[in-house]
This record gives sequence, C-alpha cells and structure tokens, in this order.
Amino acid sequence: MLARGNLLDGYDKGGFFCELVDGAARDPALRLIAERLAAIPAEELERRARIAEAELYNQGITFTVYSEKDAIDRILPFDLVPRVLTAAEWNTLERGVKQRVAALNAFLGDLYGAQKILKDGVVPAALVLGHPCFCAEMVGFAVPHGTYVHVCGIDVVRDSSGAFMVLEDNARTPSGVSYVIENRNMMRRLFPDLMAGIAVRPVGSYGMRLHRALCDIAPPDIADPQIVLLSPGIYNSAYFEHIFLAREMGVPLVEGRDLVVQDHRVFMRTTAGLAPVHAIYRRLNDDFLDPDIFRPDSALGVRGLIEAWRRGRVAIANAVGTGVADDKAIYAYMPRIIRYYLGEDPILANVETHLCAEAGGLAYTLDHLHELVVKPVGESGGYGLLIGPHATQNELATFRERLRADPANYISQPLISLSVSPTLADGQLKARHVDLRPFAITGRDTWVLPGGLTRVALRQGSLVVNSSQGGGSKDTWVLE
Amino acid sequence: MSGPLLLSRHAECLVWLARYMERIENLARILDVTDTFVRHGADQSGWEAVVWINSDDEPFFRKHDAATAETVLDFYLLDRENPNSILSAMLAARENARTLRPLISTEMWTQMNVFSNRVRALKRADAAPSRVSGLCAFLKEACQAHAGITDGTFYRDQGWAFYCIGRYLERADQTSRLVDIKYNTLLPKPGDVGGPLDVSQWHALLRAASGYHAFRRLYPSEMTPALVAGFLLMNHAFPRSVVLCVKQLEIYLSQLGSGYTLRGTYPALERLEELRAALLDQPIEAVLERGLHEFLDWVQMQLRGVHDAVAQAFWAEA
Repeated sequence: MLARGNLLDGYDKGGFFCELVDGAARDPALRLIAERLAAIPAEELERRARIAEAELYNQGITFTVYSEKDAIDRILPFDLVPRVLTAAEWNTLERGVKQRVAALNAFLGDLYGAQKILKDGVVPAALVLGHPCFCAEMVGFAVPHGTYVHVCGIDVVRDSSGAFMVLEDNARTPSGVSYVIENRNMMRRLFPDLMAGIAVRPVGSYGMRLHRALCDIAPPDIADPQIVLLSPGIYNSAYFEHIFLAREMGVPLVEGRDLVVQDHRVFMRTTAGLAPVHAIYRRLNDDFLDPDIFRPDSALGVRGLIEAWRRGRVAIANAVGTGVADDKAIYAYMPRIIRYYLGEDPILANVETHLCAEAGGLAYTLDHLHELVVKPVGESGGYGLLIGPHATQNELATFRERLRADPANYISQPLISLSVSPTLADGQLKARHVDLRPFAITGRDTWVLPGGLTRVALRQGSLVVNSSQGGGSKDTWVLE
Repeated sequence: MSGPLLLSRHAECLVWLARYMERIENLARILDVTDTFVRHGADQSGWEAVVWINSDDEPFFRKHDAATAETVLDFYLLDRENPNSILSAMLAARENARTLRPLISTEMWTQMNVFSNRVRALKRADAAPSRVSGLCAFLKEACQAHAGITDGTFYRDQGWAFYCIGRYLERADQTSRLVDIKYNTLLPKPGDVGGPLDVSQWHALLRAASGYHAFRRLYPSEMTPALVAGFLLMNHAFPRSVVLCVKQLEIYLSQLGSGYTLRGTYPALERLEELRAALLDQPIEAVLERGLHEFLDWVQMQLRGVHDAVAQAFWAEA
C-alpha cells in the first residue's frame, strides 16, 4: 500500500451491506465522513488507535478476567471508525425499539396477570409457565406504570439489503451502555477532526434519564426518593459499568450487605445510621436477589427485599421474572405478541425462526443444518451456537446428535449476512461484521438512547460480535 | 456542611485506602534510607532494624536466615506472601480504590491504576539492591502524586474526613515506629545517653521522615537523640510529627461530629485528647527518662484504639 494512498482504496465490502460505503451513496454527511476518513494516513490512524487502547486501559474502562492466581484487566477492543446512522434510519429504529419494549411490557403484565395471551392460544402456555425464569411470586403483583423492563437492550442486525431485523431481546440486565458513552468521550478526544461540523446526537444524558425513570417508579408518597445501584461487587466482570452508571446517576453503588430490610422497608447502612432506600437499579440476577425467595445460599442479595417490593415500599428495576420474555423461543412469537397487544405490524422484522421443540421445526433444522444458525435457548454470550455454513462435516454430525437429544433447547435461523463496517485491521480498513444494541429506558414512558452499542467481530469473516468471543465495539453516531 | 450520605463500607475503604498509600510511602522511605546509609557503613544491622520496626521478626525469620539487603528488600518490596510488603499494600490499596471508584475522582483512579499496574509488573531484578534507590524514589513520588491528586480533586464531604483520618493515623503510627526502632538501635543502653554518636545514623532517621533540613534550621548546631526524638514526636510544624498528625485527627473527627452531625466520635476524640496531652504536657527528656519504647508502645496502642473507635462508630456490624 502506498504511503499516501487512500485508506478506503481497495476496501472490499465483500457483497455485504456496508454501513459507510452504502450509506455514503445516499447521504451527504456520510460521504463527508468517508472522505475525511480516507484522507487520514494509515500510520496516523494506528497511532490514535494505540492511544485509545492505552487510555482505556489506564482509566480502567475494563472488564476483569479471573484466573486462579491473577486478576487480569481487559479492555473491550475499540475501533476508531464510527458506525453512522442517518436520521431516517434512526427514526425507524427508535420507533421499532419503542414498539418492541411496549409489547414486552404488555406481555409480561399479562403473563403475571390475567394470562389472556395464553388462554387465547397465541403463545403456548407450556412455553411460559414451565419456563425457569417464570416467577410465581410475581403473579398478581401490579408494577408501577406496568413497566417490567425498565432497561432494555434490543440486538439489531442488518441484512444484505440493509434492512434492520431484531436478533434478540435483552430484558433482564442488559449491559454495554457504559461503552456507548465512553466510546463517544474517546472519539471526542481522539477524533475531533472527523466529527467537526457534523451534528451527532448526544448520548450523555443516559444517567439522568435512568435516574428519572427510577424516580417514576419509586413509591409515589416519597418526594425525593433515594435511588441506589445494586451490584454483585468488585469481582463482577461488569463492575466498571456499575461504577459508571452509579456515577452518572449520582447514586450510591451498594452491595447486598449494605442493605437491610426492616418492617418491609429497605435501608442502607451509612455512617449516619440506617437510611431509607426507595428504588433499586439492580445489576444482580433474579436468583441472587433475595435468599428468602430464590437461592437460599445467595450472599449477594438482601433478605426480605421481594416482600418489601410487593408491598410497594421500594421499586426494583428491572422487575423480577422478565427472563421469560426475552427467551430465544419466545422470540419467535414476538411478531404475534406485538400484533396481539398493540394491534400493529412490527416495525422491525424478526429473523425467521424455527423452534426445534416443534416437530416441524426440528425436521426442517435437521434437513437444512448446513445453512442454518442453531442457538441454545438458554445461553447468551454467543456460547454453544452452531453456524452451519461455517461448520465442518464433523461438527455438523456432532451437533445433529446434540439436537436430537434435546430438541427443545434449540432454535434455528437462516444465516443473516450481517452488515459490515470499515474497521482498522493490520494497518488497513477492512470490512468487519457489526450489530447494534440500542438501549431503551422506561419508567412512565420510553426513551431510547440515540444509537446504541455497535459491536464488531474483529476476526475476518466472523459473525460473532460478543466480547467473550473476540468482539470489539465502535462509537455509534446518529446524525441530526 | 452536611451533604450526601456515605455508605459505612465506603467510609471504611476510604480509611484503608489512605492508610495503605501512606504505608507504601513510609516503607519506601525506610528502605531507601536504610539502603543509602547501610551501604556506606560497616554495620549491617540497619536491615534487621527494618524488620523490627514493622514487628515482622517472626514471619521474616521463618522465611530467611538473616536480614541482609537482599532478603529484606525481597521481603518488603515484592513478596506477595508478606502482607506488609509494598506489593501487598499496593494490591490492597487498589482493591479499596476499586470499591471506591464511584466516589473518588477519575484522576485519582487513573493514577492509582497506572501506579498499581507498574508495581504489579515489577520483576525481582527491579528490586535488586543496586536498583533500590531508583525504585523507592518512584514509589515515593507515586504516593505523593496520589496525595496531591486527592488534595486537588477529591470532593470535600465526609468522605474526605474519613480519608484524612486514615492518612494521619497511619502517618503517626509510622513515625512512632521509626523513632522507636532507630532510637533503640542507636542507643541500646540508657547509660549511653550523651555519649558519642554516629551522627550519620541520626541523619538517616531524619531523612527517612523528610525532616532533616527542617531540623537543621531549627537546631543549626546540635544533634542530640533527645532533640531528634522530640522533633519527630512533638514538633508542631513538621508534617510527619506524631503530634501534628494527632491534631489533624482531632480536626477531622470533630468535623464528622459537628459538621456532618455523625454520632459516635466521642470515644475516639477522648483517646486523641489523651494522646495530645501526653505529647505536649511533658518535655521529651521526661519521656526518655521513663522509657521511650514504653511510651511509643502506648502511643501506638492509643492510635489503634482511635482506629477501633472509629470503626465501632461507623462501620461495625450492629
């Protein structure tokens, strides 16, 4: 490559939809960004990438991996080339996300209420009532504003035509939002020349929005509610995000041992004695929240918390038992769930999904294994999945046996040709696959953070964007 | 005053963060000065003194046969099994800082993170006697940078008072230990008082506390054990003297009580008052006569008592 060559010369999007090149063909701001990017010498881009990496590491914007002897801090690899969404694209996404969140909340309210959707046979009762995340304690308990999923992350991908589709809903404790904001901070410091004169929607108000939503759901008789963030503690791999959110909201970062329930009221232990707590943003899984109700061995939770919640003395976000709605099998029913509660067509399409629990779905999956992606229902983080077109004969055969042994544990989907984005690799810009996780906050109503977390599969050809599997992230710009 | 609430657990972590950072700095000072003065003298007992000063004779001699430059530096710099080594103190400080990240400034955390990563990356060769002076300079400076960044960026609410309580408790304790061990090594027998002195050893003691030049200004033509001990324990203006630390402790504890209306400071304040009286109401000569070591033991016990009283008031489980 020539020293003064254009960084995008020789860029090959490889038959996929490219977030920058295909966008630039349609939008002048994207064209400007592409031109500016192309004018940067490769060495300069690499120099800035090195600075970014060192800064992330030094500032401790890291997740910790524990081995037997050591705690190793790792950064989520950061790619400097932003992923840019036009105002029109974002408009569709935002409406689609809001619709999806509204449907998820209505669905949960129904499941823990009258269960009409089950009685009407739209969703099989067995799928819900037998689900490990279905929480019997929630039945008949009306949560404030009908909001169960206060923070929702919806994973969206783009196919080769550029159409957005939802790949997965995350309604439990979705993570990654801290990277959205830190990535933006990094870009402002490192790439002011790329952003100059381009109006990008800000992301800095996330903490205030979340705080407001928590105030929305706090007991209504409290004028100035005390909010806290409940974390499993410093050894949790997402601890940085907990710090980040507590700081952005200006609230104490507590652990279970800091809280105590007396007379169905929640207090935290402070230097001034016990102080009341009115709303809890918890980053602790359901199982660990309250040893009275869930795992009796949990030392991370707070005894009596759920009862205090049920009596309306404290609010908990997200609600308990939301895992039944973001299940990979339930996902297949989401278009029907949206129509059932909202009477609307889904704004964002689902990926066609075959349930292996059903005889037809299993037969289809077994017949077309080499062209499908098969995912275990209960896993996350990109673990345990099979990408048919990339698998060897041996892997296909092994997986076939696994499928037959426990079909209900799997769903299958066609391989989506995920869109790509130019990404710095070996001193050049190469096409790498990306997805997008927008974050929606819901108290009284829903607000969607402009953009979201763009994850990028840094390995050539890889479709797995999870940080545990060699994924990184990019700043996501939404143009005004 | 008043201001936001502070979790009991965070108050405890603030005290410990400050204590560990202060401890690292003091240990680096002692190792540095020991290295400088022992290297040039025939007497190698200075290394053993470091072990005594920290009351580590038992674990140290279980591991090493003799206190030499190599064994003492190994034990106090990078030995992870020694809870009093600089590496162990660093890891503990970092853990506290990690817990406190939602509270402390990002500058404080970043400096701490970079510092602790550098300490964690040190190899045995970096702790060799020939490099110890440079290493100690680095450690001291990093601790001072921490203190400066903290002074300049940490929000002044009750958290700051807890931090300062940790800092001055540790500093007072370290200075008292420094005086204790040096004084006894240098003057094994009461009859030696007034006898010929190895002045360079007194230099070492004062330099370890960064007090040499101030002492010289105060006493241009004298250098007696009583003056040095008196300076390190009772001087009102020297930032590492025990009495100055005690006065600072009184200020911050009173602030917790009156400024932040926290209850339970009284037992700690009572002990501090006793300590201050003992340091101010008698000349150093009277202390020496009755036995400096016993007095310093009592000082350390009082300081422990203050820490325990603070713990009891603010973070002990009910």
